[in-house]
Amino acid sequence: MTVSTTTRSAAELTAQARDVLGVSRLTNRALTSWLHGLPGVDQVGCEGRVAGLGTRSIKTTSKAWAIDTAIAMIDLTTLEGSDTPGKVRSLCAKALVPDPLDPTTPRPAAICVYGDMVATAKAALGDSGIHVAAVATAFPSGRASMAVKLADTRDAVKAGADEIDMVIDRGAFLSGDYLTVFNQIAEVKQACGDAHLKVIMETGELVTYDNVRRASYLSMLAGGDFIKTSTGKIQPAATLPVTLIMLEAVRDWRELTGVQVGVKPAGGIRTTKDAIKYLVMVSEIAGEDWLTPEWFRFGASGLLNDLLLQRQKLATGAYSGADYVTID
Amino acid sequence: MPTFDYAPAPESRSVVTIAPTYGFFIDGAFTRPKATFATLNPADESVLAEVSQAGPKDVDKAVAAARRAFEGEWGRLSGAERGKYLFRIARILQERAREFAVLETLDNGKPIKETRDFDVPTAAAHFFYHAGWADKLEYAGLSAPGATARPHGVVAQVIPWNFPLLMLAWKIAPALATGNTVVLKPAESTPLSALLFAEVCQQADLPAGVVNIVTGDGRTGQALVEHPDVDKIAFTGSTEVGKIIARSIAGTAKKATLELGGKAANVVFDDAPIDQAVEGIVGGIFFNQGQVCCAGSRLLVQENVHDEVVAKLKRRLQTLRVGDPMDKNTDLGAINSREQLDRITTLVDAGVAEGAERWSPACTLPTKGFWYPPTLLTGVAQTHRVATEEIFGPVLSVLTFRTPQEAVAKANNTAYGLSAGVWTEKGSRILWMADQLRAGVVWANTFNRFDPTSPFGGYKESGYGREGGRHGLEAYVTTTPATPTGATR
Repeated sequence: MTVSTTTRSAAELTAQARDVLGVSRLTNRALTSWLHGLPGVDQVGCEGRVAGLGTRSIKTTSKAWAIDTAIAMIDLTTLEGSDTPGKVRSLCAKALVPDPLDPTTPRPAAICVYGDMVATAKAALGDSGIHVAAVATAFPSGRASMAVKLADTRDAVKAGADEIDMVIDRGAFLSGDYLTVFNQIAEVKQACGDAHLKVIMETGELVTYDNVRRASYLSMLAGGDFIKTSTGKIQPAATLPVTLIMLEAVRDWRELTGVQVGVKPAGGIRTTKDAIKYLVMVSEIAGEDWLTPEWFRFGASGLLNDLLLQRQKLATGAYSGADYVTID
Repeated sequence: MPTFDYAPAPESRSVVTIAPTYGFFIDGAFTRPKATFATLNPADESVLAEVSQAGPKDVDKAVAAARRAFEGEWGRLSGAERGKYLFRIARILQERAREFAVLETLDNGKPIKETRDFDVPTAAAHFFYHAGWADKLEYAGLSAPGATARPHGVVAQVIPWNFPLLMLAWKIAPALATGNTVVLKPAESTPLSALLFAEVCQQADLPAGVVNIVTGDGRTGQALVEHPDVDKIAFTGSTEVGKIIARSIAGTAKKATLELGGKAANVVFDDAPIDQAVEGIVGGIFFNQGQVCCAGSRLLVQENVHDEVVAKLKRRLQTLRVGDPMDKNTDLGAINSREQLDRITTLVDAGVAEGAERWSPACTLPTKGFWYPPTLLTGVAQTHRVATEEIFGPVLSVLTFRTPQEAVAKANNTAYGLSAGVWTEKGSRILWMADQLRAGVVWANTFNRFDPTSPFGGYKESGYGREGGRHGLEAYVTTTPATPTGATR
């Protein structure tokens, strides 16, 4: 799997943003009028659309395809204060061999850990092609100085992280200081170098769908390669309606700028049934260009085992049970 | 990697048993089949069953049975007792929901997801709602203080083919809640769910003659509405037939409610939530293949967002799944009959001849059955036939406007007035538009929402009377003193 990355400086991103907005200077006022000029989201209609897509019936061959695709889209995650090198290595072993009973099982896309565990994960995964993603920028709250956030990012990149999952400053966003949010993302993007940048918007703290749409556009404008719902530390984490709005945003952004941006719902996706609902949405809202691990990811831990159980059931016709998948 | 094709997910048709032939349901029992004609599955033109054509004598028997029931046991029941029957029917409809959904899809051609998620649950909801009213009619404000609202007696009900079971529920539930008895004629092309409902009446131990069902074509309907012992008529169908009924009852004591055609405007302002508006437009015109009297068949879009809305609509239409109505993933099913398909084809061809531009997504239609692709007509002018006549198919005419005043003028510039939609994030504009639009239902930032508590009905050539809600009860009661039993009517 290849991830297309482009190294962008903050100055380049600002210049490009001016171009998209059609302004000579990127000010908070310019960002505000652009973001607030986006069409609103009707909550009832949005949730109705999600409910409608949720009735899709995915059976037999398409279910098998969806399960394998979902497995390959997982960022297998452990983000605990109690994480140890042993725990991370165990998770990496799971990623390398998700189902010891069936070697044809696809591997997840990445392992997602805190910055200090990147080297451990890197060593455990070797040249398997499985990426290491690190959360950075004072995850999960993001409440630290910019110098600390940038140091956090550089540290993880230096340790070999292929992908950086940053958090936006929700306080700045909610107070209307979009320029600060923009600048922080652009600077982190610059600090990422070749690493792929995922921008966590923490939609559970943004609350309204209008905010989710604005934060999505702001994150894409500032150079995010992926927009991601949640840290997993705030409830609600990923939801289908929020992800629907993000999928509409990346779809429309590509039409506007020609740039494709990925989407990662994270937190709270635990079952195969849920994962398939997300894939249906990706397919019918953004289109099949997004139906690959390069452009869509699940931030999850428990989801993998449920997908493996369902995969075994499809293959053998019998549901084996929790003791037939490994707990890592 | 292959694309995400949905494998076939067909609903099983084995849950429902269809008899080879059907008679009428009169006085609590099925009659012997006679003078039968076929009812087809519009998705493949196969014959589902043979049903009987009722003549004037059959209608007479049905009306007589209804009269006996009204003057007998049913007429003496308390509201609370009537309510029990309605609750029982509602529960049986829920228990047998899958059976009804499958049968309705087979006979009508609409997708199983619509019958399963809309038609059948909403039909049950109408029975539940009206069951609750049955013992509370005194508090419904139906009569002036001191007067008593009482049932009309025998109600003749003629319903269309687009929502066969749901229209039956809209008609029968309020009639029974208020204490009337019923003779119902389902549409010629979709009689099967009404005949299955007759079994539900038996299962619920509804007294004989309270609900009678006669099948047949327009001649049966005519015999029924012209029958001298009918007290009230409830009709849903075309404006053309509605006018005939209104003429035929002129000068008689019969009351009538008519729910007729429509040519609804769905008005999209430039500050609308565009993505949800696109969904609402799609749902407004492609729900039930556009065979909906309140369908949002005229899209009035503000000129400055026309191109964006049309582009998004086209993209959305490409994801509509057209095909086997029994597949759980089908969005658009078959047109109900060849006659209707011909009408749609003729009108769209006329629109194109008058200068409209036609667009449909690439889709493979089945070779057998009655099918029409989802179609957009852009560049439509108010004078085109496709802007004025009801197409009753999956065809959206797109027109533009510049100011709110122009939107209102164009929306109201129709012989109909059944429904309208408004899309804007500005609350004050919604209220102003709702006040200006001459339509019985105005939806704001949504479309095609139905609820038994909400009255439904039209202005102008869309008919008169309301169905549903407290208002809907009014049509089924009278406050004039009762005619003594046995007196000449």
